[in-house]
Amino acid sequence: MLARAKDPLSTYAEITWCPGCGNFGLLTALKKVLKGWQEEGALSRLVLVSGIGCHAKIVDYVAVNSFYAIHGRVLPVAWGIKMARPELTVLGHAGDGDAYGEGLAHLIFAAKRNLNLTLVVHNNSVYGLTTGQFTPTSPKGFKGRSTPKGSPETPINPLELMLASGATFVARGYAGRPAHLATLIEAGLRHPGFAFIDVLQPCYTFFNTYDFFNARVKELPPGHDPTDFEAALRWALKWDYSQEAQEIPLGIFYQVSKPLYEDLVRVSPKEPDLEEHIKRLHS
Amino acid sequence: MELNVLFGGRAGDGIRQLGQLWARLLARRGYRVFLYDDYPSLIRGGHNFTVVRASELPVSSHRERVEILVALNSEALERHRWRLEKEGLILGEDLEAGVSVPWKEIVKEERAPAIMRNTAALASLARLLDIPWEELEGHLRRDLPKETELNLKIAHRSYQKTSGGVFRSLPVLSQEPWPTFFGNEALALGAVAAGLKLYVAYPMTPASSILHYLALHGETLGVTTIHPENEIAAILCALGASYAGWPSMVGTSGGGFALMVEALSLAGQAELPIVIIECQRPGPSTGVPTYTMQGDLDFVASAGHGEFPRVVLAPGEAEEAFRLSAWALYLAWKFQIPVLVLSDKQVSESLFTTKLPLDEVPRLEFKAWAGGGEYQRYALAPDGISPLAFPGDPQAVVKVNSYEHDPYGITTEEPELIAQMQEKRFRKLSLLKDLLDAPAWVKAEGEGETALVVWGSTRGPAWEVARALGWRYVQPLVLEPFPERALKAALEGVKKVIVAETNFTGALVRRLKAHGIQVDHQVLKYDGRPFSLEELEGKVRGL
Repeated sequence: MLARAKDPLSTYAEITWCPGCGNFGLLTALKKVLKGWQEEGALSRLVLVSGIGCHAKIVDYVAVNSFYAIHGRVLPVAWGIKMARPELTVLGHAGDGDAYGEGLAHLIFAAKRNLNLTLVVHNNSVYGLTTGQFTPTSPKGFKGRSTPKGSPETPINPLELMLASGATFVARGYAGRPAHLATLIEAGLRHPGFAFIDVLQPCYTFFNTYDFFNARVKELPPGHDPTDFEAALRWALKWDYSQEAQEIPLGIFYQVSKPLYEDLVRVSPKEPDLEEHIKRLHS
Repeated sequence: MELNVLFGGRAGDGIRQLGQLWARLLARRGYRVFLYDDYPSLIRGGHNFTVVRASELPVSSHRERVEILVALNSEALERHRWRLEKEGLILGEDLEAGVSVPWKEIVKEERAPAIMRNTAALASLARLLDIPWEELEGHLRRDLPKETELNLKIAHRSYQKTSGGVFRSLPVLSQEPWPTFFGNEALALGAVAAGLKLYVAYPMTPASSILHYLALHGETLGVTTIHPENEIAAILCALGASYAGWPSMVGTSGGGFALMVEALSLAGQAELPIVIIECQRPGPSTGVPTYTMQGDLDFVASAGHGEFPRVVLAPGEAEEAFRLSAWALYLAWKFQIPVLVLSDKQVSESLFTTKLPLDEVPRLEFKAWAGGGEYQRYALAPDGISPLAFPGDPQAVVKVNSYEHDPYGITTEEPELIAQMQEKRFRKLSLLKDLLDAPAWVKAEGEGETALVVWGSTRGPAWEVARALGWRYVQPLVLEPFPERALKAALEGVKKVIVAETNFTGALVRRLKAHGIQVDHQVLKYDGRPFSLEELEGKVRGL
C-alpha cells in the first residue's frame, strides 16, 4: 500500500530530512491543504511537481499524484501538465537553487505568461542536499563550502523579481508558521493565474535562521490592498534578503486578475480531416 | 522526360517562393518534382538559389546541370552558367544572350514592391514553356492569396512581353497529380496522423518550419503549438503533457537538442513517451546553420546520462518523414520511451511530391491501466511495459520520478530494486529489437552484387544511382536499435558494399562494421551540401 493506514495522506516513505528541518513546517502546511481537498473529494485532481533538493522529497511523502522532476525544471513540467489537462490543479515545489538559480528563466516566463499554477519555493538560502553552498538568496558574505571567504554576491529579492515579471499572485510565508502558510498555499491554488509563494525555510544543519526569522516576521497589516502594485512593491522592498532587517513581512503582497495563458493558446483536441487539409493546402 | 530549372538571385528576391510556385505548377500537371533550396544564413543580400527538378518518375534529388537558368541578378548568371546544358536557356534581364524581359520596369510601372519580380519571372518562364495564360492565372490565384490582383497584373504584362517563342513544350501528364510537401510538413503531418496533441519548439534552422506549420494550422489539426523560452523548457513542457496523457513532440537541430539531453535522460528514467525531431545541420557548434550534414547520428544514439532504451529513426524523403514520425509517436507510447527522428536540412527543407499514405500509418495506442487493485506506475510487468493511468483518475495515484524508484514511483536506493527496474526498462529493448530488426525497416531494392548503402537524405540521389548502375540499394530506416539481422538479409549475396553519407567520420560505416558487416568503400561528403545526382554517381561509379 502506498498510503499509511493510519494517515492516508502520507506514504510509507521514510522521512529523511534532518531533525528540525524547515521542510517539516512546509509538510505540515501542505498536508493541511491536502486534507481540505481530500474532504472535498478533489484530491485526485491535484498534481504536485518538485525539482531536486531537500525540498523535493516532499512528493515522496504524500500519497498524491506527483512528478518528481529534475533540478530547476519544475515550472515547464507543471506547464505541460496544465496544457494537457487544464482541469487539474498543479502545485509546484521548488528550492531556491531550483527556482532562482538553475531554472530562473522558467520562473520569469511563468509569471510573464500567467500560467495557471502555483509555485511554492522552499527558500532556505543554502544548498542543503549538496551540503552547504551559497544560493541566489544567500546574504552577501555567507560562508558556504564554495565561498569560504564569504559570498561575493548580493542576494536577489524574489518578490521584487516576480512583481517585475508580471506574476498575478505574490506571497511570502514562513515554515515556522505552518497554519498561516497553509492559508497562503490554499489561496494560491484557488487563484486563477500564476501564484508565487516564497517560503522562508530554515536549514537546521547548514543555515539555521529560526531565531533570525522568529524575531522579525510579521504579517502584512489588514489594511494592505493587494491590488495596489506600488504598495506591494514597497512592502516587498522592506527586506532585501540580507541579515540586516528589522521586520520581514509575510502574507499576500499582490493579487490581481489577468487573462490565462491556457485560454489563449490551448487548442482543444479533435480528429483532424487530413485528407481535406492536404487537398486544401498541398494539392 | 525531365526538366531542371535553376532560379538564382539575392536573398530577399523571393527565390524560394518562385521555385515553389514553379514546382507546384508542374506538380499539378502530373510531374513528380523535387526542389532543392540553397541559401545563406542571412535575411538580405547574399546569394540564394533554388533548383527544381521535374520528371515523369518520382525524384528526390537534384541534378547539378540544368536546362534553364532563371537569373534575377547578374551574380546568379556568373555563378551558375557552368550548370547550363548545351542548348540550355538563360532567362533574365538585360542579358547579352538569352531571353531578356524587363521585369524591373514592369514592377516599377505597377508601383509594386521589388520582390514581385519573382512573379514576373515565373510568368516569363511559363510563356517559354508553352503554359497557357489561363492556367498560370489559376495557379497564381490559388497560391498567392495576398496582393493577388497586383501579382496577376505583373504576371500578365511579363507574360505578354516575353518573346523568343516556345523553348520547350511540357505536356500535361496523364498520371494523377501528387501533392507537394516540404519534408518538415510531412514530419508534422505524420505525427498528427498518429495522434499528436502538443508540439513545443524553440526556433532553430532547419527545424523551425515544423513550428511555423503547426502554429499556423494547429487549430485545423487539433495540435496545441508552443514556442517557449528555450529548448530545455520545450522538452520538459512536452514531458509534463505526456505524463498527463497528451501525446507530445519537440523539434530542434543539434545545438537545441544538446540542451534537451538532460530531459531525454529523464524521459528514459521516468518512462515518459516523447518524440524528438532532430533536423541536422553542419556542426560542430553553430556550424553552418542553413546547410546540411549527417553528423549527429552518434550524438542522438548515445545522448543522455545513464543507460535507457530508445529508438532512432531516419527518413530520407517526405513520404518516409511522414511514415516515420507517425511510427515515432506510436513507438514512444507503445513502449513508453523517447523516440528520436533524425532528419537534416536536405530532408526538412526540400520540397517533394508524394501521396502521403494516410491509411498506412499506425494510430497511437498504449497499455492502459484496467483498474482494480492499487495502481503502480512502474509495476514490474513481464514485458517491461507498465500500464498507464493519468493524474485525475480517482482510482489511481500516479507518481513519476527522475530518481530510481520502486513500483509506486517512490524514490529508492535499494540494490535489488535498482537492478530490477533497470532490467524492467531493458526488457522493452528486446521487444523493440524483435519489432524493428525486420525487413520492413530496411529498404532494399535490386539484385546486384554491389550494394549502395545509405541512410537519411542520401537516399535521394543514391536510390537513383543504384538503379542506374544496376546495383542493390539498401537503406536502414531505423538506426537504433541497429537492424543487424535485417541488414545482413538485405545484403545476402552482395560482394561489394559501398556506403555514402554526408559526414566526415562515417557514422553508418562504423555501425555496419561494429555489427560484422564488411564495408568495401566509403564515400563521404562534408562541405554542407548534399550529393547531387551526378556527383554521387561520379564518385561511386568504378569503385
